[in-house]
Amino acid sequence: MKIVKPAVAGTLESSDCQVTVESGQGEVELELTSSVISQYGEQIENVIRETLDKLAVESVKITVVDKGALDCTIRARVECAVYRANGQTGPWREIA
Amino acid sequence: MLNNVGRDIPEEVIETTKKEVFKGVRYYDGHVYEKKGPETKCVIRSGGDKLVAGIRDVLLKCGIKDGMTLSFHHHFRDGDYIVNMVMKEVHELGIKDITICASSLGKAHDPLCDYIEDGTITQIQSSGVRGRVGQAISEGKLKGYAIMRSHGGRVRAIESGEVKIDIAFIGAPTCDDYGNCRGIGGVSNCGVLSYSMVDGDYADKVVAITDCLVPFPNFPAHISMTKVDYVVEVEAIGNPEKIATGAAKPTTDMRKLMMADYCTQFVINTPYFKDGFSYQTGVGGASIASTISLAKVMKERNIRMGFGVGGLTKPMCDLLLNNQVDCLLDTQDFDLDAVKSVQNMKHFRISASEYANPFNKGAIVNKLDFVILATLEVDVNFNCNVVVGSDGVITGAQGGHPDTAAGAKCTVVLTPLLQGRTPAVCNEVTTVTTPGESIDVVITDYGIAINPARQDLIDCMKEVKLPFKTIEELRDIAFSIAGEPKKVAFEDRVVGIIESRDGTIMDVVRQVKKRA
Repeated sequence: MKIVKPAVAGTLESSDCQVTVESGQGEVELELTSSVISQYGEQIENVIRETLDKLAVESVKITVVDKGALDCTIRARVECAVYRANGQTGPWREIA
Repeated sequence: MLNNVGRDIPEEVIETTKKEVFKGVRYYDGHVYEKKGPETKCVIRSGGDKLVAGIRDVLLKCGIKDGMTLSFHHHFRDGDYIVNMVMKEVHELGIKDITICASSLGKAHDPLCDYIEDGTITQIQSSGVRGRVGQAISEGKLKGYAIMRSHGGRVRAIESGEVKIDIAFIGAPTCDDYGNCRGIGGVSNCGVLSYSMVDGDYADKVVAITDCLVPFPNFPAHISMTKVDYVVEVEAIGNPEKIATGAAKPTTDMRKLMMADYCTQFVINTPYFKDGFSYQTGVGGASIASTISLAKVMKERNIRMGFGVGGLTKPMCDLLLNNQVDCLLDTQDFDLDAVKSVQNMKHFRISASEYANPFNKGAIVNKLDFVILATLEVDVNFNCNVVVGSDGVITGAQGGHPDTAAGAKCTVVLTPLLQGRTPAVCNEVTTVTTPGESIDVVITDYGIAINPARQDLIDCMKEVKLPFKTIEELRDIAFSIAGEPKKVAFEDRVVGIIESRDGTIMDVVRQVKKRA
């Protein structure tokens, strides 16, 4: 999927994360900050990259500010941001 | 050397502190020792007063010099002005190498970071540290060790002479010109002065700082003029509105209300729940809610509480107003309702020593039936951590946690299974503050685990319809939702010592590793 315009999903509430996607330079450029970075940093990065792979996003600048969200939440926020950036409503049922 | 909770205490720390490692909560029972008294300057001349014009003048009169130990109390919690006010003058006088011996430090004391950086403060002894000072200690900025003591442990350290306080500062809501201090009656009231009472008894110099000078005699005094050297009047000693920050509001969080309900169901099914029982809670949302739901059952079953202990909040004081408890014993007030309640004839002020000191001839915690506590982490051995965050940074305080847990017949720990994403039930707590042998039951939103050492409690819950699980099952549920957390990386350097209430070493806190 292509990032057509910048988009945001999620909040900065505890147990949520805020995902911002912008058009990239031909690769996935990830900026991650998290309240649980030392315990779950790698895990969170894996979830973000896997989700982008699944959506076939190859070029994106993605910024994630995590406030202790679970994997399912992170996945949902990334998907939502990407679909918004692509100008469409996601086929939510199919992804699950 | 491995201690009784399986923590490896470095030899280097044992050598420099001359402390023993923790050997179990009753290791020192029956221990005999001699107390060390303070240096005392007599006042025989008649008339006069003890008033001094300002903080700087009083520091000079007390002979402030490098390497001294200064003590403070934290009844104003996040609203405290005294520590910063005094340390600013100490800093401006160019004094170095000060040890701060506070009953606790919080976010109000962020300005101390600058004095840690420049060597004004080189050691900190406190119940715990929150905010930027905690961060600074965890990053290794403090030259010496930060020693974390429980409220009872602090009194023990002072009375036994392990700590010698050179100058004690008491933020007194009211004070007369001869040093009689009270926690009430002024413009900035904190209710009681319990933590300061030992400072008054054992510090060489005692300074009362007040923003409400009243005519002599300010009676009944909470701290007597017989202990006070000087009195300083200032504009404001603290902001009582900030006493209750972060706590004490009745929760509407359904998860916490459910845990409170589990807690009450557990409590009323133990043999200790009978007329005249004794009870203490912490100030977390669930703990406070559990007091409210317990009060309902007490009314229905016509059961009366003998005494309540605190750390007091409105729901505990309501028991007194509603005639459901004989009396309250108070070391600290966590909201303004509790501060107001101090005037009640059945609301008694107690010293921190009476409350929790393991090295006196018996403290009130030993007479507790129930204590309801919170925790940051609890592990499969029931060890609790209330000082160091799961990210390895010092962010909390021991308070009376280990004291009440050791003393009470039934120690309940309430915690949501996940604190944000972080599992509260884990394999091994980041740092042990309260040993598992003191913890009887862990109540979470996903189930309740009774310590297998308490077969008696397991037996009396056989017919009770509550979601009982093993502690390992709770851990597994937490990991299945959040994933297993990676261990936090630490440097080798020890920055803090978690002291057991008897002065032995429970655990050490190491410097956090900077992320690359």
